[in-house]
Amino acid sequence: MKTAIKLAYRNLIGAGLRTWLNVIVLSFSFVVIIWMKGILVGWDRQAKSDMISWEIGDGQYWHKTYDPFDQFTLQDAHAPIPPAFKAGIKNGDMLPVLISQGTIYPEGRMQSVLIKGIDPGQDILNLPTQKLDTTPDIIPAIIGTTMARTSRLKVGDHVTLRWRDANGTFDATEICITNIFKTNVPTVDVSQVWIPLETMQSMLLMPDEATLFTIRDSETTQPASENYKFMPVKTLVADLESMIKTKSVGQSIFYVVLLLLALLAIFDTQVLSIFRRQKEIGTYVALGYTQKQVVWLFTIEGAMHAILAAVVGAIYGIPFLIWQAKTGWALPVETSDYGFAIAETLYPVYSVGLVISTMLIVMLATAIVSYWPSRRIAKMNPTEALRGKLQ
Amino acid sequence: MDHSIIQIEKLTKSFPMGKSKFTALYGIDLSFGEGEFAGFIGPSGSGKTTLLNIIGSLDVPTTGNVLVLGNSVGELTAKQAARLRKESLGFIFQSYNLLAVHTVFENVEFPLLLLKYSTSERRNMVMDALAWVGLTDKVKSKPPQLSGGECQRVAIARAMVKRPSLVLADEPTANLDAANSHNILQTMVKLNRDLKTTFLFATHDEKVIGYLRRKVYLLDGKIDKDEVLSN
Repeated sequence: MKTAIKLAYRNLIGAGLRTWLNVIVLSFSFVVIIWMKGILVGWDRQAKSDMISWEIGDGQYWHKTYDPFDQFTLQDAHAPIPPAFKAGIKNGDMLPVLISQGTIYPEGRMQSVLIKGIDPGQDILNLPTQKLDTTPDIIPAIIGTTMARTSRLKVGDHVTLRWRDANGTFDATEICITNIFKTNVPTVDVSQVWIPLETMQSMLLMPDEATLFTIRDSETTQPASENYKFMPVKTLVADLESMIKTKSVGQSIFYVVLLLLALLAIFDTQVLSIFRRQKEIGTYVALGYTQKQVVWLFTIEGAMHAILAAVVGAIYGIPFLIWQAKTGWALPVETSDYGFAIAETLYPVYSVGLVISTMLIVMLATAIVSYWPSRRIAKMNPTEALRGKLQ
Repeated sequence: MDHSIIQIEKLTKSFPMGKSKFTALYGIDLSFGEGEFAGFIGPSGSGKTTLLNIIGSLDVPTTGNVLVLGNSVGELTAKQAARLRKESLGFIFQSYNLLAVHTVFENVEFPLLLLKYSTSERRNMVMDALAWVGLTDKVKSKPPQLSGGECQRVAIARAMVKRPSLVLADEPTANLDAANSHNILQTMVKLNRDLKTTFLFATHDEKVIGYLRRKVYLLDGKIDKDEVLSN
């Protein structure tokens, strides 16, 4: 084996430009695959972290009829705050949120919104709710940048908000935009207006009621309630995870194509080698190799492309990947339109497992495409191979 | 003649040719002793290369028995045959068959790598072999940088480096001019004399024939004449 590795290395280096072309293409695959996977891992982490800090905290209690994907459920998705939750709310470990449908009329246009009532003094989420405490004579409201863009609202603007109360009666009032916040989480931004919870409760004639509760720490706060079910972080990010998984499948097609191109070059080199190096194959046999050993020699030689590619890839790949991890990858388009949590700049995250698994996959694939054509050597007639006769 | 290292009895070799078969060797009976400098002589198609390949365990007899250094070639497994070639046989080919991307040193070193000699042993043995053929100044050259004569001398060094019992040379001078041919042959005669290595040639080159001490003439797969020259 040691001899075969030594010979394979000599042959590979001796082949010069052909080897380096294959190695460079393969190393490019290594770096791009690790980078792309790193971007996905980074996005996954960033999206979860943003969702936790902007929307879901360390889990939520949902009213049993609440379904964020079905706005018809909002009419019934509220109930009095359970006594078991009061202590948590008081010491700031639980954050009640009341949600209802509404309509705003910016510049005379009509736009459906979700009205969300939240405690201005909360500090569980990153939402700048303290800005809801600034205008006592008019209902203060905060909105996200996407909402501001679509409704053309600016800080200080007044806009009419219409809603339906618990009795089914429509009512309307003016609200004032006191802050426009920037977030990567569209589910707290798009078509949403945040107002103080108590104001909303009185507007909707739902005193002391809430739709959901966001909790600070699921390990310390887990009271039971008949009307509310606990939704752990894992469940709340499940949709995001499945979407990233779908993206990762789509992305893997890209790097499978890239890898296939590199492997095709190696396969082609191997096939060519076996035809062009018949005399050499015969010589190996004459000098004391069995044909099976020659098959392994050629397989090692092909597979060694992957090792050289890893070395070459490391030379330019490590600085590139480190630089990317530091500066991130700025997405070329406005990400808030995507409808899911994604930052304008994604920071790839590379784990040892990611690098090792990528290397193993590439090396295994290279070994297989190197072995496949080499099997032909075992069927060759060595005396004809020695004369370089095509077989 | 000393100890017999090759014994050939009733050797026949046939190759399939479509539905029929072509017989290259008919009932060959021969024996070669240690230290011989002998050759199979005959025109193209006379069976000399086939005979050399069978002796070199690169091919097997169709019928008959070929004993090389005590090994029955027809009964050897691929592994045993490879071992025989690796340990005891040296090959010299008409077109040198050097590994083009390896240096002269690496080419000559190759058989020693297979025999798992240590680095220092390999270095000494390679330098000795290159000294025999007068190429110690070309260790770092690669075959494409050498002349035909130099390439064949590298091939001889490679065949001789492990001090095999038997060297098989198939038309070793076919690609060389007269001066280089004589130079190569004189080298081989010297190695045969100094190291007692048996040399077997397949040739129809008069220059080679002139150096042989035993000439086995083949014609249409049969022995036409077996001539042993007295010293």
